[in-house]
This record gives sequence, C-alpha cells and structure tokens, in this order.
Amino acid sequence: MAVRCQFENSTDIGVFSKLTNSYCLTALASSTNFYSAFEAELADVIPIVHTTIAGTRIVGRLTAGNRHGLLVPSTTTDQELQHLRNSLPPSVAIQRVEERLSALGNVIACNDYVALVHPDIDRETEEIIADTLKVEVFRQTIASNVLVGSYCALSNQGGLVHPKTTRSELDELSSLLQVPLVAGTVNRGSEVIGAGMVVNDWCAFTGLDTTATEVSVIEATFRLQGQTSAAVINEMRDSLIDHYA
Amino acid sequence: MEYEPDAAGSESYILCADCGTVISSANGAGLCVGCLRNSVDITEGIPKEAVVNFCRGCERFLSPPQTWVACQPESRELLALCLKKIARPLLKVRLIDASFIWTEPHSRRIKLKVTIQKEVLANTVLQQTFVLTLTVQTGQCPSCTRLAAKNTWKASVQLRQKVTHKRTFLFLEQLILKHNAHKDTNSIAEKRDGLDFFYTERNNAIKMCEFLASVVPVRCKGSEQLISQDTHNGTANYKFTYSVEIVPICKDDLVAIPRSLARSWGNISPLTICSRVGNSMHLLDPMTLQQTDVTAPVYWRSPFDPLASVSDLVEFIVLDIEPSGVQRGKYVLADAQVTRSSGSGRKEADDDGMGDDGIYHTRTHLGAFLQPGDTVLGYHLTNSNFNNDAFEALDQSRIPDVILVKKTYPNRRKKSKPRNWKLRSIAKEAEDGTEGNVGRGALGRRGGVDQKNVERDYELFLRDLEEDPEMRAAVNLYKADEAAAAAAADDEDGDVAMGGAVAGSGMRGGKRRGGAAAQAAAVMEVEDDGMGSDDDEEEDFPEIQLDELLEHFEEMGVNDDDGEEVL
Repeated sequence: MAVRCQFENSTDIGVFSKLTNSYCLTALASSTNFYSAFEAELADVIPIVHTTIAGTRIVGRLTAGNRHGLLVPSTTTDQELQHLRNSLPPSVAIQRVEERLSALGNVIACNDYVALVHPDIDRETEEIIADTLKVEVFRQTIASNVLVGSYCALSNQGGLVHPKTTRSELDELSSLLQVPLVAGTVNRGSEVIGAGMVVNDWCAFTGLDTTATEVSVIEATFRLQGQTSAAVINEMRDSLIDHYA
Repeated sequence: MEYEPDAAGSESYILCADCGTVISSANGAGLCVGCLRNSVDITEGIPKEAVVNFCRGCERFLSPPQTWVACQPESRELLALCLKKIARPLLKVRLIDASFIWTEPHSRRIKLKVTIQKEVLANTVLQQTFVLTLTVQTGQCPSCTRLAAKNTWKASVQLRQKVTHKRTFLFLEQLILKHNAHKDTNSIAEKRDGLDFFYTERNNAIKMCEFLASVVPVRCKGSEQLISQDTHNGTANYKFTYSVEIVPICKDDLVAIPRSLARSWGNISPLTICSRVGNSMHLLDPMTLQQTDVTAPVYWRSPFDPLASVSDLVEFIVLDIEPSGVQRGKYVLADAQVTRSSGSGRKEADDDGMGDDGIYHTRTHLGAFLQPGDTVLGYHLTNSNFNNDAFEALDQSRIPDVILVKKTYPNRRKKSKPRNWKLRSIAKEAEDGTEGNVGRGALGRRGGVDQKNVERDYELFLRDLEEDPEMRAAVNLYKADEAAAAAAADDEDGDVAMGGAVAGSGMRGGKRRGGAAAQAAAVMEVEDDGMGSDDDEEEDFPEIQLDELLEHFEEMGVNDDDGEEVL
C-alpha cells in the first residue's frame, strides 16, 4: 500500500524520513502533517521517531539502516544518539560511522540482507556496515551513478532503480540483491528514486507528485498488495482510467 | 538475424509517468513525448497576436520605432518585420522556421507559422509550432500626413542677396556641392533675389544657416509659425523659417564708405574696392594698398550699398606701368597710364567731350600683374554718374579718373575654345536639352524669374573661375567629355552669330537694368570676332591644369537624382 505525502511543500520525502521494517525516522517539522501520515499507517506496528541528525532535518540522506541496525554519521551529536537509543527497539544496533562520505543515505542502499554501496567508501566502513546491518556489501553503481542510495529504493520484496538503468545492469543488480528490480520514476518523472520515496516490506510512502502510473509500478514492484507483476497491467489500466477520468 | 545481447541489454524502458505507455528512458523527463508536450508549453510568454501598422498612402509598413519600409506581401522583409514584433520573447527560445500562411489581403491579417525549439527540464529539447496572427492596422505615416496636409517641410532657409546678378549664388551652389551641405535638403526653390531651401527637420536648416555663415558674410534671422498645438501635453508644432541675407557687396565691387565708418576702420580711404569675400569682406584702397576686413555683424550695424558693380566695368588698355615700390601681399602699387579699349570702334573718349586724348593716369594695386599692352577692367569714374551720398561727400578733386580692378584676357575669349571642364549642379537640368549649357543649377531653371540674366551670369561666372585660381580652388571642377565639349563649341559659335549685332564686350558700362531687348541680346554674349586680326594670346592666362579636374561625375555613376556626392 503506497501513500502520497509531502514534507513542507517538498515532494522529496526520502530526504526527510527513513523507513525500515522495524522503525521509522522522520524529521522535525513545523507541523505534524508529515509525521501524521506515517503515524496513520505505522502507529501500532513500529516506532516512529522524531529526530534530527547533526542538527539537520535531512535525516533520510544522512542515515542508513535496516531491521538489524542504524548507521549515523560522525557528525551526529551525543544527545541525538541517546535519543535514538532510547526510542528504537533494543534489537536495533546503532552505530556511529567515521566516514568521509558522511551522507550515508546517499552512499548506501540496503534491505535486510544485501547492501549496495558507493565504490569509494572506506574498507572500515564497509566492515561496519556488514557487522551492524548484518548484510552482504557490494560496491556498485546504478546507471553510472555512484550515489547508489539516491538512485534506488530497496525492500526485501523488490527494488526500484534509476530509469536509465539498462536491462543488463538490472539483471546484474537483481542477481546480487536476489530480488526483482524495475527501472522507474517517482514524483512525475523524477529519477532520484531514493529521495522521492521510502519503502519497507509492507508499505511505501511517495512524494505528492507521484502519478497513478508510478504508484502502480511501485506497488507492483514492492508487492505491496500481494500482486504479481502480471497484475500490473490491469492495475495500470484501472489507474489510467482513474487518472484521466 | 543474429541475437545481439549487448544492443538489447543497453536499452532501458520505463513507463511514462503520466500515461503509462512503455517508453525509452533516454529522454530524461520520465514522460512520453505526448505527455511532455501536454505538460510543458514552450510558447508560453510569446504573444500569438500582434499589430503591424501600415500606411495606406504610401503602402509601407512601420518598422519600429520610426522607419517605414515598403514590403511586398509574403516577402522576406515583411517576415523580418513581423518577427520583430515578437523579437524579445523569441530571445529565450530558438527560432527554427517561420513562414507565411496565406490569408486574404482584405482580411487585414497576416498569419505566420513559427517553429521554435526550447530546452525543457534537463537535456530535453522540445520543438513546437504555433501560429502568429498579426492584425494590419491602417493609418498614415508622418510623411503622408504632411503631404495630405500640404505641409511638406518643417523648416526653410530663405537665402537672399539684393544684387542684380546671380554670380554669388552660382558660386555658392558650387560651395554647397563641394561640402555636400545640401544633402538633407528637401527642395530648393528659386525666388526673386535668391533661393529657398526646404527641410523636414529644424536642425538641418540650422546647419545650413551655419554653413552659409561660415562661407559668406550673412545676417540670419529665425522666425517660427505655430501650426498646431496640444494644450493637454504641452506640445506644439511649428514651422521655422530662417531668413539669411548675404551682404550685397561682391568681389570687385566699387564701394564708397561713409566717412565716419572709414575713420573707424583704420582711417581707410572712403573709396575702396572689394578685393575678396570670404566669411567677411575685404576692402582694399587701390591707391595706398590699405586693407580692412569687414565682418558681417560690423557691416550690418551700418549697411551701405556698392557704388558700382561688375557690370559697370569697362576695358582699358595699359599703355605704361611703373611700379612705385610699395608691396603688400600679391599687390604691388604702381602708376599706370591707360586708355579706353577701342574694341567698340567708337571714339568714346572723344565723344565724351572731355577734351583730353583719352589717356588716363591712375594709381593701381595691380602692378604685379599688368604689363604695357595688357587689357584691364576698371571703373571709369569720370564717365559715370553715381547717386550716392557717401560718394558726394568725397573731395571731388581727389577722386581718380579710373580705378583699375582686374586684368582680363579678351584675346583668349575670341578663340571660341570649348571648355575642357564643367561643373556639377544641385538640381536637374532644365528641360532645354542644350548640352552645352551645363549646370545653371538651382538658378533660372524654371525659365522664370531671371532666366536671361542667369545665362549671362553663368558665362561670366565660368570666366571668373578660369581667370581666378583662388576661386577655382574652392570648388570642384570636372572633366568634360569630348563629345559634349565639341557640342559646346558648336553651340557657342551659334551664339556668336546671334550676338554679333551687339559688338564689344558684354561687360560694357551702362544702365544697370536695360530693357528686355537689350538683355536678350546680351544672353550668352561672347566676344565677337571683330578683332580677328591679332591672334596673339595672353601668355599669362591662368590655364586650368588637367590635374585640377576631377573625373567626370556622370561616369562615376553619380547623378543628380540619387544625390550621391563625388569625393
């Protein structure tokens, strides 16, 4: 089930939130509309944490995480770290990373089993990722973009990648991730997938500009309504009729 | 067909974000072309309608801000003019193509099909075609308005000189041509005693006045006439007229200055001749070589008339000349013995009953030029009656019998030699068709006011040019072509036959305004061949050298119509 929302008139909600199977981070906003959108979907299931990272609101871009853990950049303050520790379930390991590429959300894309990382990331960081998030780490690019976190969104069910990813590259990536991948867009043609949406195994949040077609692709890709990819066509036809009615 | 995994694998397909069709993701927008075109309008901000102004009278279009250009329908010029209407918005896009869509002329609409390109989003160039509709708004251009209101000029310069001949204007015409001072002139009209120059702009008229003031001594007075005014925005429409009067004293005129003026001008002798006229006039006392320079403001403070002018000059033969040593510039003071030239065959000296032998002793400034036997022009004062207060006031006993003015070359004139040069003229020739009469210019060409005098004055003007190198230096002379020169010779012979009845020089002293018949006889009067026996030429005749002449102006593609100028 995919929900459209926006953060203070910005449709790049992946910048201001981080969603995993065991917790959700959202940025502090002047109104709670954004928080409420998440709360309506996730309130009874996983904790939703209001936080800043290093005093900024771009929590989605600065952090990387999955069911097992959360990586925060070295600029994170002790107070923020303490707040996260208090708010997140005890099973989630929190680790501060001393990494030159401090926007961890941009350089790491991961689900609960596999992580794609920026090719230039430190070896120590790579080890921390593997240990904390309990994933296999692959240095990769997506459609010749090194910022793998920005240009893809992954869950354990599937993945949406940069629209210019070629078919051979899709094949290679999905063989690494062991999930089906689809090239697509969010926010009406935007190619920065990671910034435009957040997803976990049972729900997704996308920017407000995302069209019905894009939502149907997202739902099919991440199997949010128990669909198979063959059902996409029917769904798409319905949404088309809906959109142009 | 072979399977090419690389080619197949290198493509990527996504669903269009709007319509869901499968598209190549290469365009970068994430939308199919149709959806992209629906969502982005690159013609936004470009007006689809505009107005062009069209003058019904002259059928020209207004090309902003001020010019009016004649354009054929569907012509390249009209296309440029129409596209100018949307030039500013077009700066932001690339113009690919523009063409006319045919419309009925009476619809007063011009339709253009314009194709433009613009980059939208990143790396996506969209091309779009739209129709620009221009409404043709009819009206009158300013020049047609003026024409309709019979108001073709805004400023005029009225140039006047109150003398009986036209030599000044003929010379002035050459000066104007040389300096191209007439290039803004709308039209030139001949009026009694002068010319009118018409202009569309006031500053052109002012420029002309300033030009005239720089070459001749003038008095200029401006006046304006209110044509219309708008009290709401405080604008008024005037016609400006500049009255420019040239000092009525010409070169070689005899002048009697009032005694008080003569005292204030360096105590010069009151009886002087005008030796030169530039933007001021130079008065020369031939008895002492004393000179004074009279500027226009000084002259107009207390104007005076010439005592006698060029038409009163008579010919003398130099019998003896003896320089007395005083020299100033080119002038050498000399004592001369002269007698009246007997070319007329009449014994004038005896007829006068003066009781002398017709030999006059006088003092002259022409000591450097005259030799015994030369012919010289001068004023015969004992033979003349003047009605002039300043002259009456002179001590009659000290007035010389004769004042010599300039050397002349009558023998030269007898050879009816065609001139190897000619002058340009401002205006188109009169429609008389005689090729010999080259360029009387703006004067006498309507056969009107002073046609007869102009013909004579023009001939005298040409002679002056031939005999005076300084004067020649101020104007442009052109080579005459051979055929025209020969024709001129024939023409001149014919005139000689006609003019033969009146013997003698055309410059005889006498009444200043003769009867019409006398004037007619004087037309183009050249020397008769009554004295054909002596064929000796004056050696010191100031020949016009070939290198003084400019190339023939007609051959250089310069006609009077197109107003271009040589040099």
